[in-house]
Amino acid sequence: MSEDPREKIIICRCNDVTLKDIEDIIDQGITDIEEIKRLTRVGMGPCQGRTCIPLVAGIIARKTGKKIEEIKIPITRIPVRPVPLGVLVGEDEDEE
Amino acid sequence: MKMKSKADVVVVGGGIIGLFSAYWLAKSGEEVVVIEKKYPGSGSTFRCGTGIRQQFGDYANIQMMKKSVEIWKNLGEMLEFPEFKFAQTGYLFLLYSDEEIESFSKNVRLQNKYGIPSRIITPEEAREIVPLIDISEVKAASWNPTDGKANPFLAVRGLLNALKNLNAEVYPYTEVKEILHRGNEVKGVKTSRGEIRADIILNATNAWAKILNEKLGLKFPIEPYKHQAVITEPFKYDEIKPMVISFKYGGAYLTQEVTSGGVIGGIDLKYGPTWDLTTTYKFMREIAKNFTHIIPALKYIPLIRQWAGYYAETPDHNAVIGKVREYDGYYIAAGFSGHGFMLAPAATKGIVDIILHGKSDLPMDFYDPYRFERGELREQAIQMG
Ligand SMILES: Cc1cc2nc3c(=O)[nH]c(=O)nc-3n(C[C@H](O)[C@H](O)[C@H](O)COP(=O)(O)OP(=O)(O)OC[C@H]3O[C@@H](n4cnc5c(N)ncnc54)[C@H](O)[C@@H]3O)c2cc1C
Ligand code: FES
Repeated sequence: MSEDPREKIIICRCNDVTLKDIEDIIDQGITDIEEIKRLTRVGMGPCQGRTCIPLVAGIIARKTGKKIEEIKIPITRIPVRPVPLGVLVGEDEDEE
Repeated sequence: MKMKSKADVVVVGGGIIGLFSAYWLAKSGEEVVVIEKKYPGSGSTFRCGTGIRQQFGDYANIQMMKKSVEIWKNLGEMLEFPEFKFAQTGYLFLLYSDEEIESFSKNVRLQNKYGIPSRIITPEEAREIVPLIDISEVKAASWNPTDGKANPFLAVRGLLNALKNLNAEVYPYTEVKEILHRGNEVKGVKTSRGEIRADIILNATNAWAKILNEKLGLKFPIEPYKHQAVITEPFKYDEIKPMVISFKYGGAYLTQEVTSGGVIGGIDLKYGPTWDLTTTYKFMREIAKNFTHIIPALKYIPLIRQWAGYYAETPDHNAVIGKVREYDGYYIAAGFSGHGFMLAPAATKGIVDIILHGKSDLPMDFYDPYRFERGELREQAIQMG
């Protein structure tokens, strides 16, 4: 069996999600980024999708013929950047 | 996807409870459809803390969880979905006072009576299990090695796969607007995409259960409360294997998530009843404070995500499961109060027994929907994951 070249194209470096993983899900009719995130873990790594979510939006646009602007990008949740727990504790003590 | 116009059973809600119920029903040969207003798992199920424990303090939850763990252990095989794995890594409750030790000892005696191998251990033994915990204030711990955790995304995917193979239909992005009935017999559902006729309907909408119930004039006390959770950056696996719990520090629960290796967990700060699910800064700070008391090394670990979901709470923190007397053919399994993921295998087996045979060998009376109006509340179950 020849290997699918799309398995070598990594879309999400944090969580090791390939182009094939994303396209297979879209082929099942799932085009909502929030759902694709939860099913493949794309965008849920330490960079929180800053690298990969725009790529995913592009793939959805290409495969569905939608315009990029029509694709709903998931809300960013706090913390916007990873913050060590110790730093958060520190802030708390400063105030008290 | 075109919808069927009739089925034997309509399950409303595609969370772990709806999907697992549909699985048992389809396996018994029933023609079943699941209707989900968003996508499967999008409710509380994909927001849960992944914990699965048998350390409860009453005969019913202990036996139900013993049965659930048997099923969780074999689920990958049962669903022919080997990606799903139950991680049997235990639950460790850290105890800081004589009162806590006394009440957990009582629970352990009851758990042992039903064959759960839990025991009270010393702080030093607890530290052998999780070397990173700070035991300076810990007086003892309640430990059960057969508790564990599992990935809800894989559980849902496995169930969806199995349902497909059993020819059961799951309709996403379809909302049930109303339960149709003639007199006191249910006849089907009206959805955002048309009607489906069925003589049996199961309300598995958990936090949303009251919306459909109220339209039928039914009042079961289930209310949505906002609870939150966090996940940190991943680090070396197996540093924090069990779920670690501390009532003293925020009612915190935390463990390394099975698939990613980041720490997943929460504390018992809640808001509600409310439909609002915005995350709060206060929660994040309380997490930081309490988690680093329990495991000081976590201060170096970055938090990467925080989210909120509903606990569908009842007054005694136990679910509402059973036949609805007022309408023939209407059943409910909702109000899981923060432990519906772990209970799903046995709770759904129980409700499906009741639907198909009118009774179950499992202690389902404990979850009787009418206990509230009779004033027979159960001892409050520990709510957290
Ligand atoms: C932060 C947090 C941590 C948790 N930790 C744990 C834990 O460690 N262990 C544990 O066991 N449990 C935990 N829980 C609880 C657990 O998530 C729930 O008890 C469980 O997921 C309930 O499953 P369910 O299928 O009943 O509900 P849900 O997953 O909420 O499913 C109900 C579904 O019904 C759908 N629905 C609603 N109304 C309609 C309608 N009218 N028509 C069609 N569909 C509809 C919803 O969209 C939803 O998908 C936690 C919960 C939260 C929020
Ligand atoms: S690259 Fe996908 S989350 Fe970081």
